[in-house]
Amino acid sequence: MDLISTPLHDAFSPYALSFVFAAMGLNIHYGYTGLLNFGQAAFSAAGAYAMGVAIASFDLPLVVALLLGVVGAVLLALVMGVPTLRLRADYLAIVTIAVAEILRLVFSTSFKDYFHARDGVSGFTLGFRSLNPFPDLPNGFLSFSRNDLWVITVGWILVVLTCVLVWLLMRSPWGRILKSIREDEDAVRSLGKNVYSYKMQALILGGVIGAIGGFIGGLGLASVQPDSFNTDFTFIAFTMLILGGAARVMSPAVGAVLFWAVLSFLGVALTKLSNGDNPIIPSDLMSPDQVGNIRFAVVGLVLMLLMIFRPQGIFGDKKEIAIDAR
Amino acid sequence: MPDDMQDTRSRASDLVGVDPEPGVSKKDPIVVVDGITRTFGGLRAVDVDHLEIQRGVITALIGPNGAGKTTFFNVLTGFDQPDTGEWTFNKKSLKGVSASHVARLGMVRTFQLTKVLSKLTVLENMRLGATGQRGERFWAAPFRFLWKAEEDSITVRARDLLGRFNLAAKEGDFAGSLSGGQRKLLEMARALMVNPELIMLDEPMAGVNPALKQSLLGHVKSLREDGMSVLFVEHDMDMVRDISDWVVVMAQGRVIAEGPPASIMADQRVIDAYLGAHHDTDITEIEESVLAAEVEAELRADDEETR
Repeated sequence: MDLISTPLHDAFSPYALSFVFAAMGLNIHYGYTGLLNFGQAAFSAAGAYAMGVAIASFDLPLVVALLLGVVGAVLLALVMGVPTLRLRADYLAIVTIAVAEILRLVFSTSFKDYFHARDGVSGFTLGFRSLNPFPDLPNGFLSFSRNDLWVITVGWILVVLTCVLVWLLMRSPWGRILKSIREDEDAVRSLGKNVYSYKMQALILGGVIGAIGGFIGGLGLASVQPDSFNTDFTFIAFTMLILGGAARVMSPAVGAVLFWAVLSFLGVALTKLSNGDNPIIPSDLMSPDQVGNIRFAVVGLVLMLLMIFRPQGIFGDKKEIAIDAR
Repeated sequence: MPDDMQDTRSRASDLVGVDPEPGVSKKDPIVVVDGITRTFGGLRAVDVDHLEIQRGVITALIGPNGAGKTTFFNVLTGFDQPDTGEWTFNKKSLKGVSASHVARLGMVRTFQLTKVLSKLTVLENMRLGATGQRGERFWAAPFRFLWKAEEDSITVRARDLLGRFNLAAKEGDFAGSLSGGQRKLLEMARALMVNPELIMLDEPMAGVNPALKQSLLGHVKSLREDGMSVLFVEHDMDMVRDISDWVVVMAQGRVIAEGPPASIMADQRVIDAYLGAHHDTDITEIEESVLAAEVEAELRADDEETR
């Protein structure tokens, strides 16, 4: 039975949730506006660290800590955007990936009294957990603990609210400008729109959504560590977005759930197949301790096939992809 | 003459008696250019000492390929920065003003290679053109009731323009499915959504079929009737002759001549630099058949050589 329950558990876990938000932020950046942000991890990290340090080191209330996290993401967006958004898209890509790495290295090596290097920040969940309305379930639900259940409830409600917000924004004239910028900035400029300002707004919005992912991930794991925010974080989020289909409201959430479910299923299944005295997969082909890597290879293969046969993702619109003037 | 911008009658008569000399001053210029230079490496793409564009008329900008016409357009509209020079629009200096701000001031351009947004519908392309929309502000955007009424009135205006440009049937199609000529039309109609005082068209006729050309000429003339000023770059001399009130000729970055179309077409410098000696004579049927026979003979000779 754990072939079903484990993937289900993983796909809705707080860890997966942090990626849902990261991917939703990237959907604003890349999907709708065409901004290549390769440093989404930095936004999640900024949110998580601002919240964690504000509570653990300064004893600030949860609400204030969360607000500081949002402010952190906004500041980060300004730092990345001010020098690069006037330039071509490639520059933003370079700067974002650099800023994300710098931030991660600062968290893991500097200000150890606050960031505690690789151990990370912990001891900030009390305020959040005290709000938990769930009773103590003996077996839990999908073997989630009481604390996890509280985090994922809040998290998935926030996912729905964010989806609604994105949907409302993207059907508005504001969203129309973002989609136009994605296609041709100069055309938008020639019609009197301040492209720079709109790109900045998009960067900030997607960054703040990424920071929410940092909050949820941090509260779920009860600690914030620098290594969770390496470049893999951003690229896995990108993968989920493309799997779901860029520029669709629901696609980051569905993409993330599907990604974790498949990854987790492969982990469980391959472990079962390669374990025991007489494994189905011979041990000279694959040993159980290689499962962790093999499943990523299989996911990679699936993604390649997806890009070849369904480049628009699950929800993407073939019509929008097929018509290309140039 | 006072700044009577409300005056909507054709202003072509203002140009009567203006000397056809490069850099001549005009009665009521909407754009005044002083000493603009733009170099690319060693090449002086634009080098204009003084130029005035008259308000309320149709001005053509002609010249050979590489004369700097498009670069001049880019500089005037803020898409490129000149090395030196000043220029004003409605007496307001545009030096260092961003492209989007230039458009909001009322000076809107189209592009030589059309820039329709192919993954938006034709109607959405049009709606994008309206400036100062409430729903374009982030905090108002999620609340439809704040911008619905404005969006509706924009849609009415957009449909009206689409009708005038024979695109009404296409409003629900993706702009990417339009033909090259239709894209030109859409881009021009979209620029009009901005409500410009001066519209700058970069080769509006390129790739447009003859029937459409006629109606496009009508549209441009009607812009002038509506009190708009038009500046356009074009290689189609029929169009230049037909609709322009004033012609400015550029060659190698400089304004070499300007004046009414008739005098420009007769100007020896312009003929040498751009038009060529036979620009004015229609090819007769006999000449055409002679030409065709020559070409055929040449082709046959080539064919035999390769054999």
